Amino acid sequence: MAISAKTINETEFFYGHKACAGCGGSLAVKIALKVLGEKSIAVVPAGCMSAVGFNYPQLCFGCNAIISTFAGTASMLTGVEAGLRAQGITDFHAVGFAGDGGTADIGIQALSGAIDRNDDILYICYDNEAYMNTGIQKSSLTPFGAKTTTTPAGKNIRGNIRPKKNMFEIVAAHGISYAATASVGYLPDFMKKVEKAKNIRGTKYIHILAPCPTGWGAAANETVELAKEVVDCGLWYLSEYENGEFTINNRPKEFTSVEHYLKRQSRFKHLTDEDIEIITNARDKKWEYIDKHFAK
Amino acid sequence: MAKEFLSGDEAFAYGVRLARPQVVSAYPITPQTIVVEKLSEFVEDGSLKSEFIHVESEHSALSCAMGASSVGARAFTATSSQGLLYMAECLPYAAGGRFPIVMMNANRSTALPWNIYGDQRDSLSQLDSGWIQAYAQTAQEALDLALMSFYIAEDKDVSTPFMANLDGFVLTHTYEVVDVPTAEQADAFLPKFETENKMSLDKPKNLAFSAGPDTNTFFKFKEHCGILNAKEVIPKAEKRFSEIFGRKYTGLTESYKTDEADYIIITLGSIAGLVREVVDKLRDRGEKVGLLRIRYMRPFPNEEISATVKKAKAAAVLEKDISFGNEGAVYTNVNSALKKADLTLPTSNYIAGLGGRNISAEEIEGIFAELKEGKTTVKFIGIGGEQSGDQR
Repeated sequence: MAISAKTINETEFFYGHKACAGCGGSLAVKIALKVLGEKSIAVVPAGCMSAVGFNYPQLCFGCNAIISTFAGTASMLTGVEAGLRAQGITDFHAVGFAGDGGTADIGIQALSGAIDRNDDILYICYDNEAYMNTGIQKSSLTPFGAKTTTTPAGKNIRGNIRPKKNMFEIVAAHGISYAATASVGYLPDFMKKVEKAKNIRGTKYIHILAPCPTGWGAAANETVELAKEVVDCGLWYLSEYENGEFTINNRPKEFTSVEHYLKRQSRFKHLTDEDIEIITNARDKKWEYIDKHFAK
Repeated sequence: MAKEFLSGDEAFAYGVRLARPQVVSAYPITPQTIVVEKLSEFVEDGSLKSEFIHVESEHSALSCAMGASSVGARAFTATSSQGLLYMAECLPYAAGGRFPIVMMNANRSTALPWNIYGDQRDSLSQLDSGWIQAYAQTAQEALDLALMSFYIAEDKDVSTPFMANLDGFVLTHTYEVVDVPTAEQADAFLPKFETENKMSLDKPKNLAFSAGPDTNTFFKFKEHCGILNAKEVIPKAEKRFSEIFGRKYTGLTESYKTDEADYIIITLGSIAGLVREVVDKLRDRGEKVGLLRIRYMRPFPNEEISATVKKAKAAAVLEKDISFGNEGAVYTNVNSALKKADLTLPTSNYIAGLGGRNISAEEIEGIFAELKEGKTTVKFIGIGGEQSGDQR
C-alpha cells in the first residue's frame, strides 16, 4: 500500500522534545521516522534536533538514536551500518538527520566520503537556512539577502550577499543511488521519497526545506504555509535524482509572488525592490536550467 | 605459534587480525600506513573477516569506529601525529561514550615545523582525552598489546577506548623476529565483545546524550572510574596472556635493575631498549643505576613509580615531549606521583629525540652522570651551546 496520511504509522518516534513551536525540522524528523519505522537507527549531530530531544534523562527518540559529532553524521552512520552488517543484522534503516550547517558546511566531507563508498544509509538534511541552534548565523545554505546574526542588514551590507549553495546537485554529482529535494509544505511528496529511499540499497540523500519560525521571523503557525509558498513561488523545487537523471516533480505553471514570500519573513524585511529583482532573476535562470536539464 | 620477521607496524596488524575486529576504519598517514595496508591485504586474502571502511579523514575514521561500537561491533582504527590531532574532537567523545575502540598510534612529531619522524608529543598532548594509553617497546610487545588492548578496553568495568602507541620508524619500521600466536590461541585468550552499552533492535536506546550541570560530574566521575579500573584488569589480562602464550608482562611499568639503584632513568617507548644497554654497561662498572619503563601513561602508575624510586638518590625523566612553557608532560606526572608519596628526591627532566633526533648511548650515560650532582633540572638534549643548560 502506498504511503499516505491514511496509511502512515500511528506510532511516534520523536515525541516530547522541546523544539520551538512551529519547528519545521522536527516535523521532518517525526514524519521520516514514521515512514521508516521502529527498525530505524537515527544519527543526529550536535544541533537543533539533538539539543531539543536528547537531554538526559529526557530522551525523546522512540527508536535507537545517537548524537554524532557535528561533522560526523555520515561517518557515524557508516559505522552503525557496517557494525550491524558485520554482525549479520540487515533488517534496519540507518538514517541521519542533520541541518544545513551540519550538512553543507562542516559535514560535507564526511557526507561526500559516505556517498563515494555508497554506504547503505539514508541522509536527510533538514534545511532551515542558517545555524539556528546557535542563534541564527549564516551557513552556506542561507539564501541571498537573508538577515542573520552574522549577516546583519545595515546601511553598507544588506544581509547575506552570497546565493544558497546547490547541495542537491553537489550530492547528485557523486553519482549517488538516490537523491531528492522536498519541503515540509508538501509532506505526502516527502513521505513518498522517504518510502522510496527506504527500499533502495546504497546511499540516499533527501534535502528537505524546513522553515524555522524563530530564525526566519515568522509566526509559528506559518511554517507549513511558508514551506508551500517557497515551492509555489519557485525559490525551491521538488525533484529527484536517480539512475543519473534529474526529474522535476512539480512545475508550477505560474509562480506565485516572490515578494509576498519574502516580505512575510522578518529576515527579508530590509530587501529593496532591486534585491527582490535579483532574487527573481536568479529564480528564472534556475528554472531555465531545470526546464532544459530535468525530466518532467 | 610461528616465528615471523616483522616490523612494529606489521606485528601490530598481525595482532589486530588475531583479535578479529568486525569493523576497521582506515586512513593512511606515515608512519602508520603499513598497518592499514596490511589489514587490507588480510581482508583481501580472506584471513580477516572485517568490514574495511575507506574513510576520507581521521575524524571520520574514529567517528565511524564509534558508530560501529555503538551497535556492539568490535572496532579498530589507526593513526599518527596530524591525524591524531585532526580526530582530536572524537577522542573524548569515544571515551565519554564508553566505546571500547582500539586505536594504534604511530608516535610522530607534530607540525610546525613539518616532520614525519618519531616523538611522543602527539599522544602525550591527548593524555586528558579519557583514553587508556600504552607505549610498546618492541614489535613483540606491539603484537601482544594489540591482542590485550581489546581484552582490557572491552572489560565491562573498564569500557574505555585504548590507544596503543608505537614509536614512529624506530619501532613501526624496524624488523625483529616475532612470535605470532595461532588463531586458536588468540580465540582462547580474547572473549567475544559483549556490551549493554549499545543500540540494539530488540532494545532501542538513545546513546551519546547531553547531560547538564546537575548530572555531568557524575558521568565524568564514572568515566574516571572506568579508566582506573583498568589498573585491576591489566594484570588480569597479562596473567591470562602468560598462561596461554607464555610471555609475561609487568603491568603499568617495567623495572630493570632498579632494586638497590641509586640513580634511575624513567622513560617510555622504544628508547628504553637503549637505556637498558647503558644500565648494563654502567652496572658492569659497579655503578648502581636502573631503568623504569612506563608502559601505561593512563591509567598512570603513581604507586609503581613511587615504590620503585623511593630508595633512589635521584631520578631522571627522559621523554620525547615538551609541554611548551613548562616541562615534559611525563615529568609533571612523575613528580606528582612522588609528591603524593611524600618523596623528595631530586628529579630532572631530559627533553630528547624531538622530530626523530637520535638519542645516543653517550647522552644517556651523560644523564646518569648528571644525576649524581643531585640537582633538579629541565634540559633539552641535542641543541648544543649555552642553551643546553637548565631550561626551567
